[in-house]
Amino acid sequence: MNDMTPTREQREAALEGMGCKRKRVEDIRFTQGKGQYVDDLKLPGMVFGDFVRSPYAHAKITKIDATEALKIPGVIAVLTAEDLKGVNLAWMPTLAGDVQMVLADGKVLYQNQEVAFVVAENRYIADDAIQVVEVEYEELPVLTDPFKSMDPDAPVLRPDLEGKTEGAHGPRKHHNHIFTWEVGDKDETAKAFSEADVTIKELISYHRTHPSPLETCQCVASMDKVTGELSVWGTFQAPHVIRTVASLLSTIPEHKIHVIAPDIGGGFGNKVGAYPGYICAIVATIVTGVPVKWVEDRMENLSTTSFARDYHMTAEIAAKNDGTVTGLKVHVLADHGGFDACADPSKWPAGFFNIVTGSYDFPAAHLAVDGVYTNKAPGGVAYRCSFRVTEAAYCIERAMDILAQKLGMDPADLRMKNFVKPEQFPYQSALGWEYDSGDYHTAMQKAMDTLGYRELRAEQKAKQEAFQRGETREIMGIGISFFTEIVGAGPSKNCDILGVAMFDSAEIRVHPTGSVISRMGTKSQGQGHETTWAQIIATEIGIPAADIMVEEGNTDTAPYGLGTYGSRSTPVAGAAIALAARKIRNKAQMIAAHMLEVSEYDLEWDIDGFQVKGNPQARKSMKEIAWAAYHAPPPGMEPGLEAVSYYDPPNMTYPFGAYFCVMDIDVDTGVAKTRRFYALDDCGTRINPMIIEGQVHGGLTEAFAIAMGQEIRYDEMGNVLGASFMDFFLPTAVETPHWETDYTVTPSPHHPIGAKGVGESPNVGGVPAFSNAVNDAFQFLGSTHIQMPHDAWRIWQAAKDLGAHG
Amino acid sequence: MSEIEQVPVSMTVNGKKVQRFVEPRTLLIHFLREELNLTGPHIGCETSHCGACTVEVDGMSVKSCTLFAVQANGAELTTIEGMANADGTLSALQEGFRQMHGLQCGFCTPGMILRAHTLLKETPNPTEEEIRMGISGNLCRCTGYQNIVKAIQYAAAKLNGTDFQEAAE
Repeated sequence: MNDMTPTREQREAALEGMGCKRKRVEDIRFTQGKGQYVDDLKLPGMVFGDFVRSPYAHAKITKIDATEALKIPGVIAVLTAEDLKGVNLAWMPTLAGDVQMVLADGKVLYQNQEVAFVVAENRYIADDAIQVVEVEYEELPVLTDPFKSMDPDAPVLRPDLEGKTEGAHGPRKHHNHIFTWEVGDKDETAKAFSEADVTIKELISYHRTHPSPLETCQCVASMDKVTGELSVWGTFQAPHVIRTVASLLSTIPEHKIHVIAPDIGGGFGNKVGAYPGYICAIVATIVTGVPVKWVEDRMENLSTTSFARDYHMTAEIAAKNDGTVTGLKVHVLADHGGFDACADPSKWPAGFFNIVTGSYDFPAAHLAVDGVYTNKAPGGVAYRCSFRVTEAAYCIERAMDILAQKLGMDPADLRMKNFVKPEQFPYQSALGWEYDSGDYHTAMQKAMDTLGYRELRAEQKAKQEAFQRGETREIMGIGISFFTEIVGAGPSKNCDILGVAMFDSAEIRVHPTGSVISRMGTKSQGQGHETTWAQIIATEIGIPAADIMVEEGNTDTAPYGLGTYGSRSTPVAGAAIALAARKIRNKAQMIAAHMLEVSEYDLEWDIDGFQVKGNPQARKSMKEIAWAAYHAPPPGMEPGLEAVSYYDPPNMTYPFGAYFCVMDIDVDTGVAKTRRFYALDDCGTRINPMIIEGQVHGGLTEAFAIAMGQEIRYDEMGNVLGASFMDFFLPTAVETPHWETDYTVTPSPHHPIGAKGVGESPNVGGVPAFSNAVNDAFQFLGSTHIQMPHDAWRIWQAAKDLGAHG
Repeated sequence: MSEIEQVPVSMTVNGKKVQRFVEPRTLLIHFLREELNLTGPHIGCETSHCGACTVEVDGMSVKSCTLFAVQANGAELTTIEGMANADGTLSALQEGFRQMHGLQCGFCTPGMILRAHTLLKETPNPTEEEIRMGISGNLCRCTGYQNIVKAIQYAAAKLNGTDFQEAAE
C-alpha cells in the first residue's frame, strides 16, 4: 500500500451511506426551478377541465342545462352524471368500501360537490363556461352536527343506501350510520372500571382540518385511441394503486395504462385517494381523444379533496390511587361527511386508532368507533399520520393529563409510572398490537433533564401565585406528549388496499461500470427518497451514493409498490431496498471469490468490497466486481448484477418520542407564545439525520397549525368556512416557533436496518404537546379540558369562562 | 360571448426581451408558465397568500398570480430560471438552500428564493427576525422555516464575504 491508498474512514466517507447528513440530490433541480410537477406538463393539443360545483350542502338537482356554456367558443364538452353513466362511472368505489358520486347524480351532499365537468381549450374559457352552466337545485335539510346524525328524524343523506342494513364493515343501525368498529375486551374493561379507585371521563374532540400541500391535486390524462393506451400523470402518493384502480374502473387492461407521478409538491395524505377530477379527466380524454389537464384551485382543494380528523372521542380511564392505570374505554363518533372515503387499509374502518393505549401498560381496554354521514366533504385521510394514529395519540395524551390532574400527580410522573417497560418488549397491547421495541423511560428522562422540567414546574407555580396575587396577567403551561406511533403498513396478514397486500418493493441494477439505477414502489413528495434510498444502497453494496440514481413514480418501470403515506416508506420499502442490495452483495461475493480464486467463505465484506480474511491486500472492490459480472462471470453463473425484492413486513414499527412545549399565555388577549418546543424522537436507525431533523421541523409546524387554529369549519347551512388561505391557518415564518430536536435510538428488531420511520411523528406527537400546554396553563383556574383549536379568540373565551378576566 | 381581443405585451425576463399577444385578463403567472414555458414559479393559491409564484418585477417582489401580464408591460423581470450564476453554478441563495436543507418538496422554493433575493437587496445583513418578517408572505408546508432562515443567513454571509455562523441549536 502506498500513501495514496484511502483509509477505511475515507472509503466509508466517500460512500455517503447511512447515518451521514448527505445533501439532497433533488435540490439541484428544485433550487433552479427545474422540478417537473404535473402542472408543468404541456402536451400537444392539451385541453383543460374544470368543475361546476354545488353552492348548497344538501339539495336535489332538478336540471342541468349546458346550452349556453357550449355556445362559448373553445368549450369542447360539458360532462354530467348522465354522461358518466354511459361508461358506468357516475359513481366510484371508495377505499373504505363505500361508493361515491363522481358527478352529482340527482343530488348533492356537500358544498362544492362536483356537479359537471367542463372541458375547454384553456383554463380561462373553462371558467367562463362554468359561470353559465345552469343548475337548478331544490334545497334539502342540512345535517352538519355528527351528534345529531343518528337522531330518528335526521335527514336521509344517502337514499342510495336505503334498506341496506349491512355496510362494508358490518351492521348499520341508522340511515346515516356507516359502521361500528369494536376492539378489546368489554367485560374485562368494565371490571377494571368497577374496581377502580379513580376514574375520569372526557369528550375530547379532534376538529376537522386539511393536509393542504402547497401544490393542489392535479392530473393530465391522455388517451391514445390508436394504441388504446391511457397515460395519466398525476399527484399520486400511490401511483401503482391508482393504475390498478383505473384499470378496474375503466376496463382498460392494466398494461395499457401508464400512470406516472412526477415531482409532487407535498402530499401529507391529501394525494393518496382517487378523486372525481382524475376520473373526469380520464373520461374526458377518452371522449375527446386529446389530453385533458385538471388542476384544483385552493378553494376546491380545501373544501373537497380529503379532510382529515373530525373525531369526537369520549375517553375514560380507570386507575388506582397511586396512579397505576387499570383500564381504558374509548368511544369515537367519527364524522365521515357525505361518503365514506377514508384512505385506510381496507379492513380498518378507523385506521389504527386501536393504538390508543399509547405508551402505557393498560391491562384492559375497549374501543368502539361509530362512523356517520353528514353534509360535509368526504375524506378522512391520514394527514401526516398513519391512519388515525394522530387522533389516538391526542386522545390518550390528553386523557393522561386529565387523570394526572384528578390524582393531583405530576403528568410526567404519571406517564413514567405507567410506561411499558423496556423488558416488556415485544409488548402485546390490550387492543391487539405487538409493539416491536422501545425504551420510553430513557427518552422521557433525557427530555426532562434537557429541559430542566422540575425547575419549569417551580417557575409555573410561582407565576400562578403571582397571577392570583394580581401581579401578572400572564400564565404558563407545560405540555407533555409521550407518543407511540404505529407505522409501516403493513403485514399482508392484516393490511391490504382493495385486496392488494401492502408490501413494497425495490429493484437495483448495477451497471458494468459500477454505477446504479434503482427503482422503488414508493413515491417521494418531499421526503428526499432520491437521497436517502441511495444512502441505504451505498452502505449495503459499497458503491458511492453519488453513483446511484433513484427513480420512483413511473408505473411502467418501477416495481409494484403501495406508495408513500403513513410513514411506510422506510419501514417497508426501506427494508426491500436493503434486502435487494443484500442479494446483490451475495452474488458479488461469489464473483469476487472466483476473481480471487478462493472460496466465498474465505471472504469478508469491507466497506466497499470483499477481501480475503486475514489478507486485506487481496481484495476486489464493488466496481471491479460489477465489471466482472458483465465481463467474466464465474462459469455457470448468470451474467449481470441486479436484484428485485418485494418486502412483506412481519410487523409494524413503533417509533416514539417525548415532546415538551413551554407556553406563555396572556389571559387578556388570548395570545399564546411558545417559549420552547423540544422534540425527542426515537425512530430507530437514522438514515440521514439532516432529513430527519427537517421532517421533524415540518411536522411540528403542521402540529402547531392544527393545535393553534387550523380548522375546516361549517356553519349550520353547511357552508364551508375556512376554504381559502385567508381563513385557513397556515403559519408563516413569523408565528412558527423555534424547534429544538433531539433523539434516542432503539432499533426495530425486525427491520433489516433497524429503521422505524419518522415523517409523521412530529404531527402525531406535536398536537397533544401544544394542546396539553394550553390546558395545563388553565388547570389551576379549575379547567379540565379546553377543545382545540386553541386560537387566540378561543383561548380568550376559555379564560373568560373560567373567570380569569375578573 | 365573442372571442377576446389580444393585446401586445413586451418585457425583459431574465435578461431576455420577450414579446407576445395575450388576452388582457391573462395573469402574469400564466404568461410566464404557459407562454414563456418558465415553469419555475408555481401556483399554490391564486389569491396572493402563498407566494409560490413570487418573481421580481423592477426590483420588487411580486406575486405573479395577482398581476396581469399587461401590468408588467415594459418591466424587467427575474424568475428562478434567472437565478443561477452566469457560469451555470448555483447562486449563493440556491447553494444556501441546499446546504442548510431549506427545502423539501421544492414547490415553494422558487418563490422563496426570489423573495429572499429581493430581501437581501433591501436588507443585505438581516437579523433572524427581519428574515422571518421578510419572508412572511411566502408559505412553506414542509420545512417549518427554520432551515430557510439559515439558508438565507448562509447566502447573506456569502454575499457579504463574511463567515457563516450557524446559530447554536
